[in-house]
Amino acid sequence: MADELAIVGKSLTKPDAFAKVSGQTRFADDLALPRMLFGRILRSPHPHARIVGVDTSRARALPGVLAVLTGDDLPIKFGILPVSQDEEALAREKVRYVGDPVAAVAATDEWIADEALDLIEVEFTQLPPIMSIEQAIAADAEPIHGASNVHKAVALEFGDTDEAMRAAQHVREDVVFFEGNTHLPMEQHAALAQYGADGKLTLWTSSQTPHYVHRALGKVLELPMSRIRVIATPNGGGFGGKSDIFSHELVAARLAIVTGRPVKITLTREEVFYAHRGRHPVLMRVKTGLTRDGRITAMQFRSFLDGGGYGSYGVASTYYTGALQATTYAIPRYRFEALRVFTNKPPCGPKRGHGTPQPRFALETHFDKVAEELGLDPVELRLRNLPRPDSRTVNWLRITSCGLEACINKVVEGSGFLERRRSMPRGRGLGFAVSSYLSGAGTAIYWNDMPHSEVQLKLDRNGGVALLCGAIDIGQGSDHILAAIVAEVLGVALEDIQLTTADTDLTPIDLGSYSSRVTFMAGNAAKAAAEKVRAQLFEAVARALPCDVDDLVARDRRIVRRNRPEEGVSFTQAVQLVEAGGGVVTATGSYTPPKLAGPYKGSGVGPSPAYSFSAAVVEVDCDVSTGEVRVPEVWIAHDIGRAINPVLVEGQVEGSVYMALGEALMEEQTFRLGLHKFPSLLEYKSPTALEAPVMHTYLVETIDREGPFGAKEAGQGPLLPVIPAVANAVYNALGVRIDEIPITPDKVLKAMADRSKRVGPASTPAFEFPPLIKAEIPEEWKGK
Amino acid sequence: MPIADRVAVRLRVNGEEMAVMVAPYKTLLEVLREDLGLTGTKHGCELGECSTCGVLVDGRPYLSCLAMPLDLEGREITTVEGMAHGSDPDPLQVAFAELGAAQCGYCTPAMLLTARALLDRDPHPTRDAIKEALSGVLCRCTGYLKIFEAVELAASRGRRHG
Amino acid sequence: MLRLPRLDYLRPRSIAEATELAAKNPGAMFIAGGTDLVPNLKRRQFDATALISLNVLPDTRRIEGDASRGVTIGAGATLDELAQHEALAGPFRALGQACGSVSTPQVRTMGTLGGNLLVDPRCNYYNQTYSWRKAVGFCLKKDGDICLVARSSPRCWAVSSSDSAPAALALNAEVTLQGMEGTRRLAAAALYRDDGIAYTTKRADEVITAVHLPASRGRMTSAYWKLRRRPAFDFPILGVAVAITWDEGAVRAARGALGAVGSHPVDITSFLAPLQGTRPTEDLITEVAQAADKPSRPLDNTDLSHYWRKRMTKVYIERALRDACGFEPLAGRLTAQVRGGAR
Repeated sequence: MADELAIVGKSLTKPDAFAKVSGQTRFADDLALPRMLFGRILRSPHPHARIVGVDTSRARALPGVLAVLTGDDLPIKFGILPVSQDEEALAREKVRYVGDPVAAVAATDEWIADEALDLIEVEFTQLPPIMSIEQAIAADAEPIHGASNVHKAVALEFGDTDEAMRAAQHVREDVVFFEGNTHLPMEQHAALAQYGADGKLTLWTSSQTPHYVHRALGKVLELPMSRIRVIATPNGGGFGGKSDIFSHELVAARLAIVTGRPVKITLTREEVFYAHRGRHPVLMRVKTGLTRDGRITAMQFRSFLDGGGYGSYGVASTYYTGALQATTYAIPRYRFEALRVFTNKPPCGPKRGHGTPQPRFALETHFDKVAEELGLDPVELRLRNLPRPDSRTVNWLRITSCGLEACINKVVEGSGFLERRRSMPRGRGLGFAVSSYLSGAGTAIYWNDMPHSEVQLKLDRNGGVALLCGAIDIGQGSDHILAAIVAEVLGVALEDIQLTTADTDLTPIDLGSYSSRVTFMAGNAAKAAAEKVRAQLFEAVARALPCDVDDLVARDRRIVRRNRPEEGVSFTQAVQLVEAGGGVVTATGSYTPPKLAGPYKGSGVGPSPAYSFSAAVVEVDCDVSTGEVRVPEVWIAHDIGRAINPVLVEGQVEGSVYMALGEALMEEQTFRLGLHKFPSLLEYKSPTALEAPVMHTYLVETIDREGPFGAKEAGQGPLLPVIPAVANAVYNALGVRIDEIPITPDKVLKAMADRSKRVGPASTPAFEFPPLIKAEIPEEWKGK
Repeated sequence: MPIADRVAVRLRVNGEEMAVMVAPYKTLLEVLREDLGLTGTKHGCELGECSTCGVLVDGRPYLSCLAMPLDLEGREITTVEGMAHGSDPDPLQVAFAELGAAQCGYCTPAMLLTARALLDRDPHPTRDAIKEALSGVLCRCTGYLKIFEAVELAASRGRRHG
Repeated sequence: MLRLPRLDYLRPRSIAEATELAAKNPGAMFIAGGTDLVPNLKRRQFDATALISLNVLPDTRRIEGDASRGVTIGAGATLDELAQHEALAGPFRALGQACGSVSTPQVRTMGTLGGNLLVDPRCNYYNQTYSWRKAVGFCLKKDGDICLVARSSPRCWAVSSSDSAPAALALNAEVTLQGMEGTRRLAAAALYRDDGIAYTTKRADEVITAVHLPASRGRMTSAYWKLRRRPAFDFPILGVAVAITWDEGAVRAARGALGAVGSHPVDITSFLAPLQGTRPTEDLITEVAQAADKPSRPLDNTDLSHYWRKRMTKVYIERALRDACGFEPLAGRLTAQVRGGAR
């Protein structure tokens, strides 16, 4: 269709905006039901201990307490990944971090519930806590699960990197560390469960992944999924932190079943820090071989992930630390080794950028140093190693559209990077970095051949379009994307689309709002469904007019002949024509990503139907006496494929930049005495409005051939280049390398005073990785 | 001395007199959400560390999680539910919706009310004044820029109607 | 949701009634703005059985006087009012700046000067929830028997975290207390004790009713510089207040105090003596600042490392002195740390 787009590409007001600005949006904790009880969870005070016994009798005797649960009430293990079914809703034998759930109560109010928790007596035998990667792999380490603290070890090689390294004219190696941090959504997790007299369980929960919660409830409660209804409430921020299955969801459900009354559990802010699943602390070693003129010949990358007490998404996180190196650099030979260990900390998982911000920090600071050694500017080094559109990386990732070069040009020109970086006063500096991210994980979390996203449309004589989809809006604007795509295809207005989302009784499956997948996958499903509806409408209208089906277009709530727009019918009339012929007008659409995994074990993590690309220049203003770093200005370009709604895409980009700056400069999770040092909003430092820099956002459109209307992701990718760009800017400003995130003022001063002009790790631990899996490499890389 | 279960409190919320019996140790946040059904006021920490629970008292930004209802008798309390005039949204609400200043929407009620207090005092604030005024409300989604722009757009459109 | 413990809420109509209620209810605590007390109570850092509200008393927030006569501030005046107030724009600017730098606009609208002067000393082993503190076995300050930041210490090292306290010391302020035994007036410095638990000389039945800023002889300038991670929300991890009285361009007297480096506001006036009688140069200020950090003894119980905070003491004393002496901020140094204050 050469017709101009009416809705796609326009900065329209999203459908859920007015509910949000009026306070009408009902978040999970806003829900209340008659006879509702309040649930609270007792958590482990020890990082590592065996549970000897739990005495709940005093709690049960407290007036107002309706139920008390312990691990034996929910004995079936679960986990988000089928390979890591290692969690219990309430720990039975062992606790593995301070905050690990042990028991739960339901009471008539939260004061009584809290009092009851204090009356539960748990006898523990403490075990030596494992609080670091080094402790986890020590020969005599107490195992947290099973026999060893190695959760996952990976060793992959694509071509002979040793040989390529030997032949390289220039080789550099760096060791860097990225401290863990957390999502910190403003909304604390909450779940409300109701068990009906009909034996049906309903759970309202602030979740990014209601489908996975549905599956876990079925498994742990041993109920058929058809008797469980999961309704995801609008998420008051997610960022990956609500994409796992959480104890409080299962516990609320069980308490509702036990008491026959609705039970709500809302986590306190402190508990949100324990629920975690945030950014892994990762220690990394990167080694690159290049030609004298700066062309990469080989890379060897090693990462050590501090996983916390459970598996969570950790196996995927582990692979992600090595997956996307080659989507921004044409690397002909690549080795990747990774180790994830268990430690006695809250479990880590996916946070915005899942497993890739840490290696991106390593890569982009590494190449800044490489460029300097080679006498190249950092932009030129990137340009000499650009990936090509429509190519395969050496680790088999298929790149379709690629706007990386355009992104680089935008930020470099916009910031005057090349000229200004040489002429800034001491304390001021500019840094540059690039990145790439997936538009949805190419494989589902559990192995199956079914679609990843499904959409159903239903229309009747009233002329509205009911759109049903399992996707949940977490603030990223997914409701708008679905409505805009359907409205565009059907030629109706945005407000004609009535959305029902994320209700497992009503909506077809969407795997969830994670891995930047909703626009691409649910968007494609919505487009397919709308096209089917449009075909039905066109057929009926063509018969009625009469005219050729191919002669019809849908626009402005009418279906008309392309070149004789006065001939046609209203959209509502068209729907009535179809309804008259065969009843209610429905269609479904679905999206299954193409099978893209390479021919090796572990190839399931990394493939995506399309990759976004980003580039950033960050300006810093450093205080030479205190080491404080402020960011006055950021230039960020993002290859979005196509912006379905530019203002929403800008919002995702700006929010990503913000979150990246917090991580780069202040956010970190640290532990002392075996527990989280400061699980509070005051001491976990999240940047305020006063720290917001001026941002210049450039959207680069490459119209991806597989994305809906050419769109790719925006929610995560733009975070990635900002963190290393800050580090590179600090170097430009002060001549010091802070090879450790976050870049705090004490580290900056220390580096300025030290002869090495550096703060960062010296080495990586000695660990014997498994033998390398030597994967075949794609044809196009053979002989290169 | 036994602690009173319930005490009578008269609050003026969004222009409406409300007389309720509440536990004397409940904060304004709890009374608004649980006793008056005004769940538009959110919470993120209940400790004054995020201002997600922000409301206005006599037109000034206040933390409902730390305010005690018994001290607020005779004061004018405004929540997000009271921003619109009938079905006419406040210009700030319109601007926030149009510019994508509400992503997840969770800090939005507090952000809107704080911005309303600013515009009532300073109808054409500078960007710096906006940043300063909003510095107490944490947002994790937007990076604040769309929020600043929305406040500026609402300011440029002039005073609220009604 | 974190909630207050069950307690009574008492609303006296006069100070006399308030002090009487306090004397009659040993478990009761006074509440004014509540911005420090309520979060601490929600974390069960106190065992209060009742709160005695000072918020419905008449005439607690009057601000009277001016620089030439001295200023008297009702202890119930809010931090926001004080940050904006004309009376704190000139010589008493340090106090205006200190009030304007407290936490957030929301907290400043609610919080009072009296409350800020008496902020419960903070420590990141103490300002934690009940369950967190229980997990570490509690500390000396509440429910425990050792100080977790200095385990062999017999005393508590919680940190004086008031912004207004060092400013009050530098400005030679006095406070009026009213209690069962009547009214007394004492120097601001005498309000504090060097102990994280028994940090004030105020008796349990006493209420601060007013703060007095004495008029200075001749011209006075003052400044407050606050170190913290973020320009909003955060308590000081170092505060420096200085006040200089001038005699024809020469320093007649220089007073100063540090916040957040000990359990009480630390007077550094004696270290500023070398300025006396001089027309301070930039070099002299640097020299004085180098020595004046001596009483700063930060421990590892706030945000950021205590080594760094110790180093920053010199830097911030220098900055505050430069500010009070009218020198421009140094090139290559951020000036964003202190905001607010009457302009």
